[in-house]
Amino acid sequence: MEQERKTLLVGRVHVVRDAAGKSIDNIDTDMIFHNAHLAITEIEKMGEHSFGNLDGWEEFPSQVQPGDILVVGHNFGAGSSRQQAVDCFRALGVVAIVGESFGAIYLRNAINSGMPIITVPGIMDSALKDGDRVRLDLEKSTLEAESGDLVLPDPKPFSGVQLDIYEAGSLFAVQPGA
Amino acid sequence: MGKTIIEKIIGAHAGRDVAAGEIVWMGLDVRSARDFGGANVVKNFQREYPGQEVHDRGATFFTFDCNAPANTIPYANNQQVCRDFAAAQKVRVFDVDAGIGSHVLIEQGLCLPGGTVVGTDSHMNILGAVGAFGQGMGDQDIAYGFRWGRTWFEVPPTMKVRLVGRPGELASAKDLTLAVLRVLGSRGGLGRAIEFSGAAVDALDLAGRITLASMATEMGAIIGLIVPDERIEAYCRDRSGAKGGAMHHADADAAYVEDVEVDVEGLGPMTARPGSPADVVPVSEAAGRPVQSVFLGSCTNGRFEDFQAAAEVLRGRRIKEGVMMRLGPATREVYGSMLEAGLVEVFFKAGAVVSHQGCGGCASGQLGMTGRGEVQVSTSNRNFKGKQGDGDTYLASPATAAASAVAGCLTAAGDL
Repeated sequence: MEQERKTLLVGRVHVVRDAAGKSIDNIDTDMIFHNAHLAITEIEKMGEHSFGNLDGWEEFPSQVQPGDILVVGHNFGAGSSRQQAVDCFRALGVVAIVGESFGAIYLRNAINSGMPIITVPGIMDSALKDGDRVRLDLEKSTLEAESGDLVLPDPKPFSGVQLDIYEAGSLFAVQPGA
Repeated sequence: MGKTIIEKIIGAHAGRDVAAGEIVWMGLDVRSARDFGGANVVKNFQREYPGQEVHDRGATFFTFDCNAPANTIPYANNQQVCRDFAAAQKVRVFDVDAGIGSHVLIEQGLCLPGGTVVGTDSHMNILGAVGAFGQGMGDQDIAYGFRWGRTWFEVPPTMKVRLVGRPGELASAKDLTLAVLRVLGSRGGLGRAIEFSGAAVDALDLAGRITLASMATEMGAIIGLIVPDERIEAYCRDRSGAKGGAMHHADADAAYVEDVEVDVEGLGPMTARPGSPADVVPVSEAAGRPVQSVFLGSCTNGRFEDFQAAAEVLRGRRIKEGVMMRLGPATREVYGSMLEAGLVEVFFKAGAVVSHQGCGGCASGQLGMTGRGEVQVSTSNRNFKGKQGDGDTYLASPATAAASAVAGCLTAAGDL
């Protein structure tokens, strides 16, 4: 985390859909990281519980690889304020979360921990599928599929404070403003 | 351009005029951590700020409410981590006997109208019930707040939610809240502040306002604000030793992103069906579903008035055999009022398990969970799959929950 952080991320995506291929919306933090595991405080022990309570996605921790990017639907991370629901993905090496929209606390938690989190309205209506590779430019706020024929919708711009926190590493590296 | 309530509150804490969409640094009047997240707050603080002191120990608190008293060794250890830190920093701990942190902050006069309060509780926006900006945050955020007393915030846009019409006699604050959820859905308020208004909102007492404000979270909202009336003002003044707080009203020309009208004319008892707090129907549409488990309490319906409503239904009646009813008051103070008013005896005689104050009905399964196939009626705020066990949970009002316990199936109090 101490070295200069990359603002161009290239990775393989996991698109969170159900068995019928439909976007799973309103995934709450108990589906991401169940409250049964909340006593865990070590980040390296959090990864294995990711999506442990989300139908069809229980095997995610064994399928994801460091450098992968998570693509999610509406209101992802609704519910509790638990940081573990972000940290569990960091533990697995997920480098960014791209989604239709996010729960407000979840969005903050991701920003503060330096996890790139990008709102891309319409992303779940695109043909993006598991295993596709995308290029995410945090400075320019662009998202492109590596294969040229797949066109993706535009991300909402990264805010200044989000980029500051990301480049500094985490909220802790940022001094409070006036 | 005029200001909405949230713009006024954040502006007053940022020291300048602010508008929706701006990212500002704002002062935090109260920063708190509960036992869920608290140990991580301490861990973050000690790693990032070794040897340093919290910004203002008088504005910093721990509130243990989730696993209270701790019934697993990891939680016991986590709580002790917080106690040790608090002792070293001379920070006050509302320990396992106090009750739900957000409620304790109101009762103790620490949360005032117009104030900013953060904690590791996603229902901290309950404080909108007294016109304060309460916000749940993650453990890094709170550790930062402990150290600096400030944090960044994007000023949310505001939507109006106006309740129009006169609800039916059996409609409680929970039924109004579920009626709003039916219209807004689980992301109708996403990323927004809500200003609740209308005669049905004005009529709500503190307990009712807490119920409505608490479920702003389930509407996706940052906060649901209700302008304090004289009763709320008087309560906060009394509890805070006359400090009072700042009563903010929206300007007539304030900008809103949406204006939603919720028709509550003739509203009756409502319920949210298992899986989503926003899957709301009248109780009559789901009535008759056999129920084996009932929970009364939580930060949404854990006030004295909520238990009073349930006791009115239960007085002189017995819970149906085969139904397990549990209840837990929000705070120690509520428990005391229940004892004084004889409610505990009513619940005991009806056959309920009367348990202790805190979040045990939702947070850690301390007051019971559901098994596969079990059907529960709960006065809490979330019925997501797996949240309170493997069974199905209906969300409903205290009166509906009590009536369902007596009938052994989902039943409105009026149909008993």
